[in-house]
Formats: sequence, structure tokens, C-alpha cells
Amino acid sequence: MSEEEKGYRIKIENLSKEYGETSVLKNINLEIQPGEFVAIIGHSGCGKSTLLRLIAGLEEESEGQILLDEKKVSKIDPQVRYLFQEARLLPWKTVLTNVLLATPEKNEAKAAMALEKVGLINKKGNWPGTLSGGQKQRVALARALVGIPKLLLLDEPLGALDALTRLEMQDLIEGLWKEQKFTGILVTHDVSEAVRLADRVILMEDQTIKMDLKITLPRPRIKNNDSNYFEQLILSKVMHIDFNEERFQKEKPEYLI
Amino acid sequence: MKKKQLKKAKYYEICLPWLLPILLILAWYFSTLNGKNTLLPSPIKVIHQAIVMIENGQLLQYTFISAKRAVLGFLIGGSIGFALGLLNGLSKTADLSLNTTIQMLRNIPVLALIPLMIIWFGIGEEIKVVMVAFGVFFSIYINTYHGIKSLDKGLLEMGRVYGLKGFPLFVHVIFPGALSSILVGVRLSLGTMWLILIAAETVAADAGIGYMAMTARELMQMDKVVLSIIIYALLGKLSDVIASALERRFLRWRNA
Repeated sequence: MSEEEKGYRIKIENLSKEYGETSVLKNINLEIQPGEFVAIIGHSGCGKSTLLRLIAGLEEESEGQILLDEKKVSKIDPQVRYLFQEARLLPWKTVLTNVLLATPEKNEAKAAMALEKVGLINKKGNWPGTLSGGQKQRVALARALVGIPKLLLLDEPLGALDALTRLEMQDLIEGLWKEQKFTGILVTHDVSEAVRLADRVILMEDQTIKMDLKITLPRPRIKNNDSNYFEQLILSKVMHIDFNEERFQKEKPEYLI
Repeated sequence: MKKKQLKKAKYYEICLPWLLPILLILAWYFSTLNGKNTLLPSPIKVIHQAIVMIENGQLLQYTFISAKRAVLGFLIGGSIGFALGLLNGLSKTADLSLNTTIQMLRNIPVLALIPLMIIWFGIGEEIKVVMVAFGVFFSIYINTYHGIKSLDKGLLEMGRVYGLKGFPLFVHVIFPGALSSILVGVRLSLGTMWLILIAAETVAADAGIGYMAMTARELMQMDKVVLSIIIYALLGKLSDVIASALERRFLRWRNA
């Protein structure tokens, strides 16, 4: 398998979506390279979740089209996986059988391996009700990745987790993304999460794309002045405040120790 | 030490529910001690009657006949209720065309149908089975229907993303999701089942527990009347035990 086949190339052309009279997305054009990790941020109701649902084939566009490797999205693609804000595990199935559900050939060894990767193999016989929020989301991640998808859509999957668990999950997602080389699209409210994970950050506002920014930081990423620079730049666009680059670079922090 | 405490707690849990019934039976026994009370037989007499009837095989035969009617009616009414509940829960067209009618029929007291049923089915086996089926139908129907209507839409969408549709979607997501509600229906309908069977057997029967109670009343055999009531109570308790065992088995994940 060549490198390029591991992730979908996404091409969105003149995409619009309306619910009755209300316009949710207006004329979106976007290209995402195979294996690229893109974060979409924006205020609630800017249409970012709708865009994700359209790419997943969960909803139908009003105008325009979405192409995955030159193929038009018309129904749900088995190579596309979706992580919801809630883990959405079936409470009446054990952790392992939940993951098993996503392997078409019902391959128990594969499911166990996916659980191994998210560090939850020791919980494989548990009911989802006994897991913490972060553990549930990790099982959902194992379920999403067990079939080796070409595209992973993440609809604020870490939004409901506490800050420390969120950092752990970000590392886990980045690690698995590097290993499996799928294309990733993350919808989030959290600017530092976007800068932490994404190759590109897309800002959506008023139903359309307002900014498309490459994050040129090397990986693995750490919090430093450079990442702060990107975060501040994006925040200033989100909040409509002036971004004073000079001031940012001149005022290096003073360390006490 | 801890183990001992645990054992004590378990002992307590098993014994306490039986304390009140035992006290009631004792009160019953003492109130009949003077022998003047002809309207309430003493527990000793009832036990004696039970032994006599077990020995001549009547008790077992009547219980068996009643239980057979109950189970048959339950299976017929329950499966129709389950099937229609599924159909109306899953299909909008079926829901729109059938649900209103079923909800209307539900408000007819089953016992009000007895005269009609006697004319239609006579006083043979059919009338009891049909009435039990009719009574059981609604609680199973309503709860199956409600269970499917209140399924978590998020889980259904998750199922779609993972390519589940048709029968696999039903087996993995819809049925287990509706099961707790369906089992509530089963539990309720087991209660209704005995209630209606008693009424049907007292009205018209030539065998069964209700028949035994009715003929005993005509002959003023109070011990037999009380015995039949006790048997109904025991059968009712038995079905409740079965229902809660089903819940424990199939809803294990809820107690985790």
C-alpha cells in the first residue's frame, strides 16, 4: 500500500447547506491532503459540525459536492469513522464486543489489538457503565480505528473531559494518527487543542471559512512561545481583536527561576 | 469479622420480607382459635384441605389447567403485542394507521367484554385464553412501542456510521435498547394475566382454580375458597420471580 492510499484526499466544492429557510453553510471550498490533520474552530452555530456531518454522509448537501478521493459522498462510507462528543458505546455490550461491532469480519484479535493501543485491554470484559468519561472515549477511539479508516472525523470528542484527561487523549490521538496515517478533521472550541494537534487550522464564521492557517510547528509539539504565537493569532481572529505581532515577540517572558 | 457481618446482612435480607406474612398467618390462626368463626376457616383446616386435594390429585390438575390457560393466553397476546409494538415503533405508516385504534381499544375494560365473549366463544377453553391474551396484549404492546420510541437517537446514528442496518441494527441496537421497557411490560402483564384468568374462570369454567373457588363457595366450603386464593397468590408470586429473574439476566449491564 502506498503512502497516499492511507488517507482520503478531500475536495469540497461550492458546498452549501440550508435547513428550510436557514442557511447553515455558504459556498464552502476546501481541499485537504491525504494524511493531513485539520482542525476547524469557530463559535457555536457557525456550521462546523454540519460540515463534518456532511463529509460523513450523515446529511445531504443543498448545493455543491464533497469528493473523497474523487468519489462523491452520497452515503456513509465504511472507510470514514466518526467520533462523537459522547462516546456512544452500547451499554449492553462489553468493551470488547463494542469494538468488535466495528470490524466487519468480527475479528476478536483485531478488536483486542485496538484496545491494547488505547491502553484498555484490561477492561475488555467490563460494561461501559463502569468506565470513566475518558475511558469511554478511548474505547470509542479504539472502535473508530479498528477498521483502519482513511478518514477520522472528530466532533469535539474531548469537549466533555477534564483538562488532564484531555491532554492524555490528545497525545493518544496524535500517536495513532502518526501510526495509521489517516486524514483527520477535528471540530473544536479549544484553540490550544487545535494548535496542539493540527497541521492546519480553519476558522469558520458566518457559515463560511474566514481563515485557513498552516501550523508550522514541529512535532511532537510543546507549549512554548511559538505555540502561544499561533494561539494568540487565531484567538485574535476569533474574538475580533487586533493582533499586535511586534508586541508579542518583544515581550519575552521573564523567568524567576 | 467482615465476612461474618456480611453473612449477617444476607440473613437479614432473606428473612425480613417473610416476617410480615408469617405474622399475618399467626394472627389469622389466633383469630380462628375459638372455633365459632364460620366465615373464616382456620389455617389448619386449609392446610388439611390442601393435603386432601393433593392426595386425590385435584389440586395439581386444577393448577395445571389454570397455568396452561394463563401461559397460552400470555404467549398469544404477548407475541401479538410485541409484534405490533415493534411494527408501530419502527414504521411511521403503521404507527399512523394503527396506533389510534389500539389506544382506543385499550380503554375498554377487558371484563366488560365477558358477555360478548361468552356469546362468541361459549364457556370452553377459548374464552379464557382469548381474554387473557386480550388483557396481556396491551401492556406488552405499549411498553414495546414506548421502548422503541424512546431509543437513544445517538446510538442509532452511531449504528448507521458503523454500517448497521436492517436485522443487525435490530439485534445489536434496537432490541437491546428497548428490552428494559419490554420487560416492564412483561412484568405488568403477568399480573394482569392472573387477574383476568381468575375472573374468566369464575364466570364460566368446568375445571381450574377459579372453578374450584366458585363451586366451593356454592357449597360453603370456606377452606377450599381460601385455599384457591392462596394458590393464586403463590402463582402470582412465582410469575413475579420469573420476571425479575429475566430482568437480572438480560439487564445485567444496568447493575454494573
